[in-house]
Amino acid sequence: MPTNTLNGHTFTVDDEGFFTDPDQWSPELAADMAELIGTELDDAHMAPLEFMRSDAAEHGATPTLRRMHATGGFDIKELYRLYPGKPVKKMAWLAGLPKPTGCV
Amino acid sequence: MNTLLILGAGTAGTMAANLLRTKLGDDWSITIVDRDNEHHYQPGYLFVPFWMPEGRVVKERDAFLPDGVDFVQRDIARVHPDQRWVELADGQRLDYDWLVIASGSRPRPDLVPGMADGSLWRDKVHEFYTLEGSVALRDALADFHEGRLLVHFADQPIKCPVAPLEFTFLVEDKYRKAGLRHDVDITYVTPLDGAFTKPVASETLGDLLRQRSIRLAADFAVERIDNDTQHLVSWDGRELPFDLLVSIPPHTGAQFVMDSGLGDDLGFVPVDKHTLQAVDHERIFVLGDASDIPTSKAGSVAHFAAELFVDNFLAAVAGEPMPRSFDGHANCFVESGRNQALLLDFNYDTQPLTGTFPAAGVGPMRLLEPTRINHLGKLAFEQVYWRLLLPGKRLPVPANMSMAGKNEP
Ligand SMILES: Cc1cc2nc3c(=O)[nH]c(=O)nc-3n(C[C@H](O)[C@H](O)[C@H](O)COP(=O)(O)OP(=O)(O)OC[C@H]3O[C@@H](n4cnc5c(N)ncnc54)[C@H](O)[C@@H]3O)c2cc1C
Repeated sequence: MPTNTLNGHTFTVDDEGFFTDPDQWSPELAADMAELIGTELDDAHMAPLEFMRSDAAEHGATPTLRRMHATGGFDIKELYRLYPGKPVKKMAWLAGLPKPTGCV
Repeated sequence: MNTLLILGAGTAGTMAANLLRTKLGDDWSITIVDRDNEHHYQPGYLFVPFWMPEGRVVKERDAFLPDGVDFVQRDIARVHPDQRWVELADGQRLDYDWLVIASGSRPRPDLVPGMADGSLWRDKVHEFYTLEGSVALRDALADFHEGRLLVHFADQPIKCPVAPLEFTFLVEDKYRKAGLRHDVDITYVTPLDGAFTKPVASETLGDLLRQRSIRLAADFAVERIDNDTQHLVSWDGRELPFDLLVSIPPHTGAQFVMDSGLGDDLGFVPVDKHTLQAVDHERIFVLGDASDIPTSKAGSVAHFAAELFVDNFLAAVAGEPMPRSFDGHANCFVESGRNQALLLDFNYDTQPLTGTFPAAGVGPMRLLEPTRINHLGKLAFEQVYWRLLLPGKRLPVPANMSMAGKNEP
């Protein structure tokens, strides 16, 4: 497994840079990572990440956009505004979770 | 007298009834409930738009149930797991000692705005995950000779997640053979970031799309279907125009599962993915599409799981530890047109890989490569389904996946 280091934090990632161990994550690390993609992690940005982490811890899978809406109560348009382009991928990456492929 | 109740007499419920009737003694009564007496061979829905007569996919359910199993034809309303009884829609009460939920999953066109409630539904907006849908699509294809065709699926999980891709290859082949390929523009639209979820298969299938000049629109999270302008619209503002749209809607579990509070937010019952016992209810097992196990919702999975389930069920009933662990084994043929198909073999931990797959009788089949043998395997699955799978006979394939013949990436 490749390893990444950012501002003194070391964590293992898969081929595409997603965390392989959610326990190596911390909010500070997320803030540093967010800078790399030109995002500032304010409360509005943090809320979906926190939901994702707790949901993934409970269910063992990164939630989908539909689930973010249905279970987390997030507005999908708003998520696209916060994380333009590929919101779930960006959020999963920042939340230290596996890429949200759903299952086969 | 002990009572086993099975909810749903589709692929998984029928298998469970056949397997358990031979294992449980005379001191057990087995009852199975389904709302109608029509068993559909659902993989046939893929072929109905092209060539399979619609009548060929339907047979009577009770013909596949063994003697000594009571078939109750009713709608199920609710499960009361604490008092161990099931309420039917007509108010009738069925008590149980042990319960098997095998109520499958259902496509929900009502969950995509502009789909079931749109003016173009079953006219220019279609699906092929119901018999009614695949018949309507057959008629639509017969009148479609030029224009933009989108093949799309909304979100995971869906049954047989490769079927939309198979449909894409088959429809491409149809228009190529008819000499109309230049007049029909085909795009495969997916919420995934490539042709498939896992890298090796995604690359192979992506190459195949390119070779056939089929466009790929990836990372497409559908917001709605615009019936007035005929566009498929995504949350990030992309609008894909269509003259014919084939869209597989999201799936949920059965309504009674949701109403009983047994399901997750999509109505799938949380189970231990290795034993298939419900997480919150030790007297409930879940077989087939109705559970939340992270593998394909497919008949082949239900089959592999059923073999292990029987041993675990018998142990649980005897108060012993469950001896076997399911690995999520799935085995799917993927039709790729030109009378060829690919074969995927994978489980919870191993993605579909290239290599060979041992099959008794016909010799090794190539994995992840379009071949004619694989296509014949897909067609043969119909007879395997009715004659071997439903009666609970052993297939010449082990229940847990094997790495033999597979190439490590
Ligand atoms: C287009 C298509 C192609 C496919 N291709 C393949 C393939 O190539 N290979 C493969 O392995 N699988 C394939 N599948 C998937 C396969 O058909 C399913 O995974 C399988 O049928 C699931 O079995 P099940 O018993 O869980 O659900 P089902 O077979 O759907 O049975 C569920 C039963 O529960 C009953 N039920 C639900 N709610 C109630 C209620 N309230 N009251 C009474 N009864 C109720 C239903 O009537 C139904 O009979 C395909 C599916 C589709 C749609």
